[in-house]
Amino acid sequence: MLRNARLFAVLVLSLFMATLSLSVAARAADFAASLEKFAADDFTETAAAVDDIAISGSPNAQKVLEALGNARLFFDPQTKKVYIGETDNSYSDAATGAKVATPPAGLQTVRVNNRLRRNIDMAIGTLTLLSPDAGRRQQAADSIFKSRDAATLPALENALKAEKNAAIARTFTEARAAILLSQPDTPRADMLSAVSVLRGRADIGAIAALRSIPDKADADVKAAANDAVAAIESRLKLISYVQNVWYGLSLGSVLLLAAIGLAITFGVMGVINMAHGEMVMIGAYTTFVVQDLIRTRAPNLFDWSLPIALPLAFLVTGLIGVIIERGIIRFLYGRPLETLLATWGVSLILQQAVRTIFGPNNREVGAPSYMSGAFDFYGLAITWGRMWIIVFTLVVFLTLLAALKWTALGLHMRAVTQNRRMASSMGIRTPWVDALTFGLGSGLAGIAGVALSQIDNVSPNLGQSYIIDSFMVVVFGGVGNLWGTLVSAFALGIANKFLEPLAGAVLAKIFILVLLILFIQKRPRGLFALKGRAVEA
Amino acid sequence: MITKYIVSRLDGMGLMFLAVMAVVAVFVPLSNLLLPPTSAFHVPTYLMALIGKYLCYAILAVSLDLVWGYCGILSLGHGAFFALGGYAMGMYLMRQIGTRGVYANPILPDFMVFLNWKELPWFWYGFDMFPFALLMVFLAPGLLAFVFGWLAFRSRVTGVYLSIITQALTYALLLAFFRNDMGFGGNNGLTDFKDILGFNVQAQGTRATLFFLTALSLILAYLLSRWMVTTSFGKIIVAIRDAESRTRFLGFRVEHFKLLVFTVSAAMAGLAGALYVPQVGIINPSEFSPANSIEAVIWVAVGGRGTLVGAAVGAILVNFLKTVFTSGFLAPYWLFLLGAIFVIVTLAVPKGIIGTLNGYYERWRGEDGEARWHRKSADDTTAATSNETGAGAKIHG
Repeated sequence: MLRNARLFAVLVLSLFMATLSLSVAARAADFAASLEKFAADDFTETAAAVDDIAISGSPNAQKVLEALGNARLFFDPQTKKVYIGETDNSYSDAATGAKVATPPAGLQTVRVNNRLRRNIDMAIGTLTLLSPDAGRRQQAADSIFKSRDAATLPALENALKAEKNAAIARTFTEARAAILLSQPDTPRADMLSAVSVLRGRADIGAIAALRSIPDKADADVKAAANDAVAAIESRLKLISYVQNVWYGLSLGSVLLLAAIGLAITFGVMGVINMAHGEMVMIGAYTTFVVQDLIRTRAPNLFDWSLPIALPLAFLVTGLIGVIIERGIIRFLYGRPLETLLATWGVSLILQQAVRTIFGPNNREVGAPSYMSGAFDFYGLAITWGRMWIIVFTLVVFLTLLAALKWTALGLHMRAVTQNRRMASSMGIRTPWVDALTFGLGSGLAGIAGVALSQIDNVSPNLGQSYIIDSFMVVVFGGVGNLWGTLVSAFALGIANKFLEPLAGAVLAKIFILVLLILFIQKRPRGLFALKGRAVEA
Repeated sequence: MITKYIVSRLDGMGLMFLAVMAVVAVFVPLSNLLLPPTSAFHVPTYLMALIGKYLCYAILAVSLDLVWGYCGILSLGHGAFFALGGYAMGMYLMRQIGTRGVYANPILPDFMVFLNWKELPWFWYGFDMFPFALLMVFLAPGLLAFVFGWLAFRSRVTGVYLSIITQALTYALLLAFFRNDMGFGGNNGLTDFKDILGFNVQAQGTRATLFFLTALSLILAYLLSRWMVTTSFGKIIVAIRDAESRTRFLGFRVEHFKLLVFTVSAAMAGLAGALYVPQVGIINPSEFSPANSIEAVIWVAVGGRGTLVGAAVGAILVNFLKTVFTSGFLAPYWLFLLGAIFVIVTLAVPKGIIGTLNGYYERWRGEDGEARWHRKSADDTTAATSNETGAGAKIHG
């Protein structure tokens, strides 16, 4: 199957090349002839030459026209040959494009007036419709679609006939439809088919084109256009809902990433770690350091910077977490409010340390090739970065669930959570488990930092902006319940994005916070509270 | 009679604190106004303003100690009540500017003219009258605390959950006050004050009076708090702190007691904010930032929670350190020091400075029968506390 397709592509391509080279040979003669008209030094002749060159299809045509527009096209009155003055003060032959070592003496500028300049601009626009570069053809078609300039119609139709690329041909057809619609003297049948073409395009531009129908058009054409506008608008509304859900998922995944480590330390251990945000920040700075090293030592590894940074960030922040647990938190078990204050102190120290080492300003973390750019999904613009972050978040979440369920450490952690004394009696070293659990929570924050470095400013304050949100996610979802954290993160993210268009970003956030405060009054243990004896703490 | 009643409510530390505060309240303004600048005892105006600021923080700290030290409610949003009181006072001061603003609008403050507003929002009505503004200083934070506390305590949100939602509260207010549409001056807040009650805010006499009033308010706040915690009411809130369920089972309506303490404390914090604004000359949304509220908590912890005097001492001490460290070459190290204070105080000096000193004092008087009795009862309380939290940890962790 695949081989056939490839063979077919090769065939088409070679056929295309063959026709191209044939037509090139035929056109070269016309091109040279039309160039000579410039030497007449007459505005009418020049205008004719411009039109001829525009449809000649010569690879040199654009250069010649641009030179003419910038008064850098010269002719030799004796030989009637035309030269282009380059920006570096050398000259080239307009017909062949070859450099001329010593230009003949007595060169004169081909003069242009305002009317000619308009012609030249239009001709350049038409030329790009025939450009060998598909991207430029697409651009030209898009700009015609927007301008709906009737003068480009002949060139457009010409280009449409020659176009092989289906997507570009569609844009050409749409541009043609838009022009036809805006003209009062288009026949009714053409109008109707143009409406149906634009209806298929279904975006804001299509609506604008459909609204440009002249007043004296037939009633049924107008009705069809109105109908099409309504259809497009409802489709756009649907897309915007889907878009909101998508943005919400994206925000939710960020919240989940930031909160997941907290769900471990707060949810499983009951420890309030106010330095959690700083772990995220350190993870982001680890990414920065890795990228910095790669940039200076091995630039070709740049795309690998994130995969390299991930384990490093996990180790660095996990280690810091273990140190914090062994050094501070273990003396404070059973005193959650004191833990809160002490870890806040740690967060201040970490913040200031990073500020001292890396400076107070934002640090540049680049996006590898697979994280940048966007793709179109049924009218939905989806950026690769956001998409990979959602995927990554889910992978981290599922890995964590699996680790808690199937590894020895996970088993011990759950045992200690459920009944510390009993677990200890069974030979589990609870202090050791505490330290590793805290390290795991911190390491997860570090991993979150690697991902967040792609979408947020990497500065010493990075963590602070996430800490309150993260706590809200964990408390809303229900402490000690990872699935609750997942649901709550996505619910908060989507709710936020749906409120934003109604109330603005800041008000939406305030609204969500107030709702959460009220919600906690109603269900102090969150959405999915642990049932049974664990609740009575 | 009254004096005797008041003294009977105080301990040695409290009497000492009151004496020092009374001396400061009288000496600093008088020395600033009457002594020549060349005198060794002259207090320059900038120093008076600085100490005045510390005293405002001390009132905030006392109010926080009342809820945290005695009732066990760790509020991470007390800065919000402080700021609300400050905004109430700031709104009064804004209305007093009148036609002296940049746009010379007799009704609208400058920032509203700048935003092209045509009339005063309804919530600014009445702030041209000082008694109303003074009422709002207590009422705005008090009402917020009442509603918030009523919701929270009734549904038994306690411990760290309460701390987190108080933090969310102040964070939400921070975001809200940053918005221009809220009508509180947005990012820039309220500033450029001219008069208070017809006196120029910048004048030395006004500043001295404000200082005196601040010191007096601190004394009154201390006395009120001390009275609250030494009556039988105070015994109950301490009981709630140490064993909430047990107190509830003994038949006390725990949430009512908590609500009253929380509301009184919030109003007190509002007063502190109201005194702070005319002395500092500006109030802006950054006062709502969660970091400020947590910093206030550490003042109380440094001084010693559950001592009231300690809270005031801690506020003054930490803010003095902050002044020393944030000016000059030490500035980059302030956050290191503050962070270290948080860690060291919670780990090594959980009773705070005054609490630890009290402990030494009791031990020194150890042979005294009464003192020994006191210590014994104190030990019982701590034992009960550790039992309670220990049990909690057992089930939870």
